Amino acid sequence: MIDNLLLLYDAPILSVQLLVDGLMIGAIFALAAYGMALVWGVMDIINIAQGEFVMLGGYVTFFLATRAGIHPLLTVPAAAAALFILGWVLYRLVIFRIVDQDMFISILATFGISIVLQQLANELFGADVQTAESGLGTLFFADGMVTVPEIKVVSFVAALALGAALFVFLRNSRLGQAIRATAQNARAARIMGVNTDRVYAMTFALNAAICGAAGSLVVMTWLIHPYLGLAYTLRSFMIVVVAGLGSIVGVIFASLGLGAAENFAGFILGTEYQAAFVFSLLVVILLLRNFQLSRQRKHLK
Amino acid sequence: MTHRTRHLLPYVLIGLAGLAAPLIAPTYLVQLALLWMMILFALTWDLCGGQMGYNSFGNILFFGIGCYVPAVVQRGLYRHIAEYATVTGGEVQKLTLTQYFTGFALGLALAVVIAVAVGAILGSGILGMRGHYFAICTLGVGIAAGEIANGWEYIGSGSGMLAPIYPGTANARPIFFYYLFFLFAVMCFFTLKWMYSGRFGLAINAIRDDEDKAEAMGIHTTHYKTVAWCVSGFFLALAGGAFGHLNNFIDRDVAFPGATFGVWMVLMAILGGKGTIWGPVIGATVFHVTQEFFWTYLFGWQRVALGLLIVIIVVFFPLGIMGWLREQWPEKFGETVDVAARAAPVSLGDS
Amino acid sequence: MTAILEVNGVTKLFGGVIANDNITLNVPQGGITGLIGPNGSGKTTLFNSIVGFHPIDSGFVTFAGRDISRLRVPDIARMGLLRTFQQTRIYGKMSCVENMEISVPHTHEGLRTIFSKYPQAVTERGEELLDFVGLYAKRHLRAGDLSFGQQKLLELAMALMNQPKLLLLDEPTAGVNPVLINTLIDRLKRINSDIGITLFVIEHNMRVIMDLAEHIYCLAHGRLLAQGPPDTIRTDQRVIDAYLGAR
Repeated sequence: MIDNLLLLYDAPILSVQLLVDGLMIGAIFALAAYGMALVWGVMDIINIAQGEFVMLGGYVTFFLATRAGIHPLLTVPAAAAALFILGWVLYRLVIFRIVDQDMFISILATFGISIVLQQLANELFGADVQTAESGLGTLFFADGMVTVPEIKVVSFVAALALGAALFVFLRNSRLGQAIRATAQNARAARIMGVNTDRVYAMTFALNAAICGAAGSLVVMTWLIHPYLGLAYTLRSFMIVVVAGLGSIVGVIFASLGLGAAENFAGFILGTEYQAAFVFSLLVVILLLRNFQLSRQRKHLK
Repeated sequence: MTHRTRHLLPYVLIGLAGLAAPLIAPTYLVQLALLWMMILFALTWDLCGGQMGYNSFGNILFFGIGCYVPAVVQRGLYRHIAEYATVTGGEVQKLTLTQYFTGFALGLALAVVIAVAVGAILGSGILGMRGHYFAICTLGVGIAAGEIANGWEYIGSGSGMLAPIYPGTANARPIFFYYLFFLFAVMCFFTLKWMYSGRFGLAINAIRDDEDKAEAMGIHTTHYKTVAWCVSGFFLALAGGAFGHLNNFIDRDVAFPGATFGVWMVLMAILGGKGTIWGPVIGATVFHVTQEFFWTYLFGWQRVALGLLIVIIVVFFPLGIMGWLREQWPEKFGETVDVAARAAPVSLGDS
Repeated sequence: MTAILEVNGVTKLFGGVIANDNITLNVPQGGITGLIGPNGSGKTTLFNSIVGFHPIDSGFVTFAGRDISRLRVPDIARMGLLRTFQQTRIYGKMSCVENMEISVPHTHEGLRTIFSKYPQAVTERGEELLDFVGLYAKRHLRAGDLSFGQQKLLELAMALMNQPKLLLLDEPTAGVNPVLINTLIDRLKRINSDIGITLFVIEHNMRVIMDLAEHIYCLAHGRLLAQGPPDTIRTDQRVIDAYLGAR
């Protein structure tokens, strides 16, 4: 570990590479986190299956790209659409029953769903790691010391664009307004004629779609496998806790920061500890946040 | 039959059946041993979750500590001091009877000490969180522990390590481990029963029902929470120790199986009925028995079925078996649903 | 009469809202003091400030001679300063008797005591107090099954079980059957005179508070508007205006 740290010190350009890689993936984290914040804010549900939606979106793109020969970038809308449908179906089957129940029920239920999806993927697709070739080139900076595959840049931009589109949609469209009204006060919204059940269904489905798109980008820029879900779920949770439910800017910064931090940790501690880092970071962040709040006699709620 | 005798009957029957198992069903001993382990899992989860309202997804942390520590101690005690650093290695360790059991006993003792210490230290921070934050934080802890174990050279990282071979005959081995798990489960059950019968039980229930109120009434909530968490850790470490030595091979997937044991702990307690002493026992039994069935007929799909089961129970049957029974026949549970009492007017008469 | 509770220049802000603005008052030991004011005047916030439910922004609070401004809720409760809640908080899944048992004073709780059983005397005392508030017949029912008014009485009984020196009551008669209010007032007076607990009571029911309290403080818009014995407060124009909404 010390060796790796010294390496960074001796060759600062390595840090730039790690940082860039981290930022690229961070944008995708931001998408998933945005979705989680949406469902959490509107329905008061923490969706533990968030990462599985990402994973499945990746598989949609993978299969369309490898079996149907469609260029991966063109499959992003398909992944989003497929997951939208899945989200809607899940809402109609399970989620609507737990919307007004206490958090533990919703955590356990979405946890159960995440296991179902994860194991289904494992049984149907196999446990192998998969990736989808986009056939794009690589950009070189700093005399070739920093390499950025073009696909990463494309996905970075795409992720931010999707996030922005969602933000605008929520701000300006009728549905977006209905969603925000329901988030603020479901009872009042219902009285004013908003079909809250439909709002919830749309919110959940929309979240699934965002995750699907994110997954699509992940399989192109990195890789996917059936078990990557939980890490994404916990990352999203971490980001939302750090950024706060209402802050888009916070989500973006926290996501990019997390991406960078993970990358550095993976380099310094070794890749076998990268996952340990992510999960330990979650614990540390929660502990710190709670400690901070306890000074004011509050606790994380 | 007197009331007292009727009350003691289930204990006697189960106790006798438990003790006689090696005679009655010698081929199923390992399954039965695991059944006792499941019961212990459900009971310890319910202590913090059902009784106290602190639903943990990371109790597997203690189990994992329990798995590794005795194995490490066994290796460390009986190797030449210069070899102490190389605890790993696939070399099968053969010890004499005395060596094995001394090492095992010391190992279990140390495992318990470490588990309780970890529980107290981590608990001081984590138990300050409420509800879903606690749940997700413990989820993170459980997984992080597994990941760290997976990378830690000293305990074999990805390739794992071995506990010593049982020094007795091949027949004695399952009998020994069966009684060990039986002992741990029984200890756990009666310890918890004793704890629930006094002030402790009331306090943790109060914390579950309204922690702010409990604090406002001066209850030392931190003490109770930490003790509950550490008691869970204590028994889980014992179970882990036994399991590690039973399995001989220990790696991250054996010691920190979050997706199986970790999830089952929660599921069994809820299935049986959380917040009751018998609920987890029943839930564990039903689950373990049907799980054998699932495994035989569904193979890999049993994990999918498990996920479905969680959703179904949580959404449609959250009271669990005991909870449901309690609703149907509350009198049998010592709860007075005295219709007269319910209807009785509250009279601040002259008293 | 010495003051058991001294509130000195306490201010509490929530974002931009000044919920408590430089409040100074004291509660004499052994008496019954009232706290009134229209909705939103900061009464419950003041209670919260006193018992350590949230940190205060300035000022200090002294209880039985000790500065409790920095202390936390459980510590203050163990010192003998209890409060009841406006929305009434009890332990819903436990029986009334169990609610009482767990409400004994919790001064010493080391490893040995937390596993002990409560002696019969505790259960008997609990039942006695339940009888005092009229809930004896319902003592084995689940607390969560009681009506709101009954839960209020249970909460009161639990507070008594804890043997506090000072009890902050947040609207003790709200939701209670009007037929019972007179008897409840009698009980509160007895708690004060016979058991010796000092009471500091928030009330909206003017009849109740004028009957009960010896000295009344009136809050409005977060500030202390007026204070005095019931007769003075009753006729104070500022108080009347505050309730009727005039600024």
